[in-house]
Amino acid sequence: MQEAIDIMDFPDSTAGADAISGRVDLKSVSKAYGEEWERQEVITNLNLEITPGALTVVVGPSGCGKTTLVNLIAGFETPDSGEILLDGRAITGPSKDRMVVFQETALIPWQTAYENVVFGPKLRGELARDALRQKAEGLLAKVGLAEFMHKYPLQLSGGMQRRAELARALINQPQIMIMDEPFRGLDAMSRGLMQEFFLRLFEENQRTNLFVTSEIDEAIFLADRLVVLSNRPAKLRAIIDIHLPRPRRYQMLSSPEAFRYKRQALEILHQEAMRSFRGSQAVYSASGR
Amino acid sequence: MAGVAQVSRRMTVANPRRSFLRKTFGKSELWRGVIAIVVFLCFWEIGARSEKLFGYAFPYFGLLPPPTDVALAWSKVLVKWGYWESWYQSFQRVLLGFIAAQIVGIPFGLLLAVNRYFREIFFPPFEVLRPIPPLAWVPASLIFWPTNELSIAFVTFLGAFFTIVINVLGGARTIDVRFLRAAQSMGASQWDLFWRIVLPGTLPSIFTGAAVGMGITWEVVVAAEMISGGGTQGSGGLGFFIWNSYMGGSLPQIVVGMISIGIAGYLSSSAIRMIGNRAMPWRHLF
Repeated sequence: MQEAIDIMDFPDSTAGADAISGRVDLKSVSKAYGEEWERQEVITNLNLEITPGALTVVVGPSGCGKTTLVNLIAGFETPDSGEILLDGRAITGPSKDRMVVFQETALIPWQTAYENVVFGPKLRGELARDALRQKAEGLLAKVGLAEFMHKYPLQLSGGMQRRAELARALINQPQIMIMDEPFRGLDAMSRGLMQEFFLRLFEENQRTNLFVTSEIDEAIFLADRLVVLSNRPAKLRAIIDIHLPRPRRYQMLSSPEAFRYKRQALEILHQEAMRSFRGSQAVYSASGR
Repeated sequence: MAGVAQVSRRMTVANPRRSFLRKTFGKSELWRGVIAIVVFLCFWEIGARSEKLFGYAFPYFGLLPPPTDVALAWSKVLVKWGYWESWYQSFQRVLLGFIAAQIVGIPFGLLLAVNRYFREIFFPPFEVLRPIPPLAWVPASLIFWPTNELSIAFVTFLGAFFTIVINVLGGARTIDVRFLRAAQSMGASQWDLFWRIVLPGTLPSIFTGAAVGMGITWEVVVAAEMISGGGTQGSGGLGFFIWNSYMGGSLPQIVVGMISIGIAGYLSSSAIRMIGNRAMPWRHLF
């Protein structure tokens, strides 16, 4: 692992160079979908600051607008009001500064793992061919795919696909990595392995990270800061700083502190769930029965 | 364990030819197919000769020429230049119409898929023209085009064109938006998105369209040859071969013509499948 760090920190790296970069500010961001007469508010007046160099995990009830949040920060969609800043500059569209690791997998099926990884740098023509190859092979070896780099995504297992996608994101040296429930759909075993693997990657080279999940255990295991969102429309409900020591070990999840954090978070999520339940009951009684 | 691995490796390396033969003829599915065809031929033979054998003609089957007569008729035409001329002419027409339909249909379908304005303008008239069967175009195209040959080519073109366009459009529109977004984040321009994501993502549908379109082209070409081929310009082809045999009252030769078209169609679609497998290695991994 130690030798692999050098591969990531190329001198031309802009991401690792100064530790302060990769700060994202959301200022009273709102987003709604649908036509005017049936507008669905997804995010309402959300203020959030994503700390540079930290692993911020967002949890919230399913369907609360987490993926919309990801799409906004990634620049795939624009907010209706408010603004999103990356290191003080407004976000205008997708960019390699903000790489997304998608739900399930978004590896391009007609490219081998290697071709997927070199896709971005090759498009931008950033590196000489040999340097690029060295870098890509190094990254693929780092994620344990040295023997599988010329396989197509369909030939890889679920965990391998996620790791290839991590490598594809990392090679672009983003200022912030955005992970949208990246381990969803994996079985419990590979999920646990992937979490530990991802933690090692993060702890080696602490770049700004936004990790979205609906699993509370996963959230506490990974997070420096835990952001709890409310029910739809998503508002900021709480920020819990997780002071578990790093490097994290899986056993820490059963420590009393972890348990306290979990209870704290679950309390809030439960309140949210109850509120939405009561909300739907209110609608039910208001309909005249 | 190592010994076993070595032995098996040596066998495959030393005898690639044998392994190829074994691959082709050692497959049980091949033999199942062969047996099915042989049984079918026996049944047909007995059915066709039922009047002599049992003194009672089986319905439908009793009217057919037996396969042995067909084989005999076939062996006679096999050595005649005219028969191969028919093959050549039909193939030429099919390829002409088919390739023209690909050249026009693929870009047209892709344009419909990627450009909203283009779609809003051209999709409605396309949808009105699409349900018109190619053969309904025959009289109009005979009037419209100066030669018989051109009108046959035009009708075969239409047969494949609509299927190709609909497949390309459907394929390009169902590409996962995450591929496009991932590519965009990594700095892809509109042009890159088209060449690296949309086009390869549409390839499977392009080949599906080609396979279906090829089938339709053969149907149309044979019918068009029957309709127009008997005319003064003497254009021939396998369709005309059947029509001619019908006029001459040679029942076995009609069947020869039919089976010839079946084989021609099979060869064409095998060729498309082969090209498809080459062009899309990621689809055939298991």
